[in-house]
Amino acid sequence: MTETKLMKGNEALAEAAILAGCDAYFGYPITPQSEVLEYLAREMPVRGGVVLQAESEVASINMVYGAAGAGFRAMTSSSSPGISLMQECISYMAGAELPCLVVNVNRAGPGLGTIQPGQGDYFQSVKGGGHGDYKLIVLAPSSVQEMADHVFLGFDLADKYRNPVLLLSDGAIGQMMEKVQFHAYQPPRVDKSSWATIGKPKTRSRNYITSLFIQPEQMEQHNQKLEAKFRLMRENEVRFEEMNTTDAEYLFVAYGLSARICQKAMDISRAKGIKVGLLRPITLFPYPSKRLAELAPQLKLVLSVELNSGQMVEDVRLAVNGKVPVEFYGRMGGMMPTPESIAEHLETLIKYHHDN
Amino acid sequence: MEQQTIAASVKERKVKGKVEINIQKCKGCELCTLACKEGVLSVSNHINLKGYRYIVANNDLCTGCVNCALVCPDAVISVYRTPLKKKSADKSIGKEE
Amino acid sequence: MTIEERSNIDIIQEKDNNIIGEPYETVYQKPGTLIDVDMHYCPGCYHSLVHKLLMEIIEEMDIQEQTIGVAPVGCSVFAYDYMDIDMQQAAHGRAAAVATGIKRLLPDKYVFTYQGDGDLAAIGIAETIHAINRGENILIVFINNAVYGMTSGQMAPTTLTGMQTTTSPAGRDTNIHGHPIKISELVAPLPGAFYVTRQAVNNANGVRRTKKALQNAFNYQRLKKGTCLVEIVGNCPSNWKMTPIECTGFVEEQMMKTFPVGDIKLPKAEDLKNLKEA
Repeated sequence: MTETKLMKGNEALAEAAILAGCDAYFGYPITPQSEVLEYLAREMPVRGGVVLQAESEVASINMVYGAAGAGFRAMTSSSSPGISLMQECISYMAGAELPCLVVNVNRAGPGLGTIQPGQGDYFQSVKGGGHGDYKLIVLAPSSVQEMADHVFLGFDLADKYRNPVLLLSDGAIGQMMEKVQFHAYQPPRVDKSSWATIGKPKTRSRNYITSLFIQPEQMEQHNQKLEAKFRLMRENEVRFEEMNTTDAEYLFVAYGLSARICQKAMDISRAKGIKVGLLRPITLFPYPSKRLAELAPQLKLVLSVELNSGQMVEDVRLAVNGKVPVEFYGRMGGMMPTPESIAEHLETLIKYHHDN
Repeated sequence: MEQQTIAASVKERKVKGKVEINIQKCKGCELCTLACKEGVLSVSNHINLKGYRYIVANNDLCTGCVNCALVCPDAVISVYRTPLKKKSADKSIGKEE
Repeated sequence: MTIEERSNIDIIQEKDNNIIGEPYETVYQKPGTLIDVDMHYCPGCYHSLVHKLLMEIIEEMDIQEQTIGVAPVGCSVFAYDYMDIDMQQAAHGRAAAVATGIKRLLPDKYVFTYQGDGDLAAIGIAETIHAINRGENILIVFINNAVYGMTSGQMAPTTLTGMQTTTSPAGRDTNIHGHPIKISELVAPLPGAFYVTRQAVNNANGVRRTKKALQNAFNYQRLKKGTCLVEIVGNCPSNWKMTPIECTGFVEEQMMKTFPVGDIKLPKAEDLKNLKEA
């Protein structure tokens, strides 16, 4: 299956879902990601799998809950306002330890906002948009190829940790067309018979899916069990990409769409002799804090570039822990910074930090 | 539910029933006493370990009609019946007068 | 008043002169599918009664291996502690959507939701109506006791006109709070609704009819011809501030006036033709 296709991000994601053995997709129309539901509505009835348009994002994520609780690979996708509606159930699924894949094709907000791309859902995604202490593995694709690859990875990680996984894309990557390949893939064998609700045979006691632990001693025990999982995620699942960091004195930190733009800004700055590198987190949780801390001693300045008012910058500051100044540059409302403006901003910051 | 004499009520009956109540699970809601038409069931003057005045049965009057078990919210009542076969019907109470 | 420690039933039964001397035959016992634990429901609550009926049916039909239940938030959120079947606890109001997710993936299993009136008729009314409109082949068991029980007695969409609750202290005023919602009548016209009935369990005959309705609904699910909704007029001794016996009267005289009991939508005869083989 290494044939190369030219596809939209959203459609590459949908095709990957089918190839990844997605048993059920429940969704609801919302720009800029309706193509996922449309594509699967065409393909799944022919190639296998349940696809259903629900009456709301609340209903679709709860259908995912039911299907996942019965041991099936289940998925939904939406965009920012719809993902806000799903938060309660996502917290339920983390509490009930249900694997699933949720895709957020981020659009600029807040409120109805616009249908243009944005990264303003970073905090919601990584700090937890629902109630209670839980984490999601958050994957941030920055190309159509990764829109596909992260589906396979997302399903596998969801099953590995019995936890929802969030794929945080954005309107641009969802709508753009690029080359994409679908590599051969075999879903790992996962035995869900100890918890999936498929009907209680005589041979085992009943399975039940719940996130309710009314006794505080039990609840805390459960919390600690979940926290142990999140620690494991932090230890084993950090993914990022680095460019030009060996001799870097300055560093762009950016994910998704912003990372693409920063590559060009890096070239412009390098041409002017400014040794700048790029660190692109692929997992926003668990965040590559360790790597950032390792790079900090060689750096004079870090610039976090985002399509929001500055959210990931806080995690960068936490990671370097004061060892190096961390600044932010970004645009909002669906406006995208040009590479030149980023390079220019870096220069003014270098001058500013050099002078004082 | 005044106490019917055994002779009067047993006389016309064809079936002899019996109920058993799991008194530690009984919550004393008394719905069974309302459903029983034979006055078999009444509230005890003692309480179970949960503090509920449980239900006791005078099984002589029981016809085994299952009404009490039907309405019992907590399924604490079991119902039994003596199957009166043709043969044993001759020596049934009806013949005693 | 002494505390009776013994649970051995035989000792306690005061008299049983087995005049005839024939051995007793068991006529009724707690179903094995109803887990042998004390249920947390208040004394006289119809929730535990309906749990018992459901588990009787599942035992009699021998479908314990084929059935998945969904219990959302409400007094019955602990249903999975009492029903010996695979179950999922759902968020408040979302049981119909969760059940849709299960049934779509396990089309040959029996799937039912067990919901209260706050859950089904307030926060979850969209999920309820759309699941029925899609004709999901599930059974919705709807316990309508006109209050939010678990949270101790607030007004629900089915609270009767003039009925006092903690959030309608002066009685439900239809000008402010609107009228009690008649869910069964509301959803029956939807083509996806295959069988809609309202029953009550405030007396033995009502319990028999309710069990028959639930039994029908489970059988109809094999036909895959749409959603069955069995609304059961419930009670709430604690929050109605009545004894269980007084509740039976309130159900008869008050609840049934607003929520008349009876079949609201019956399957057409030809739809039931192949019920045997299904």
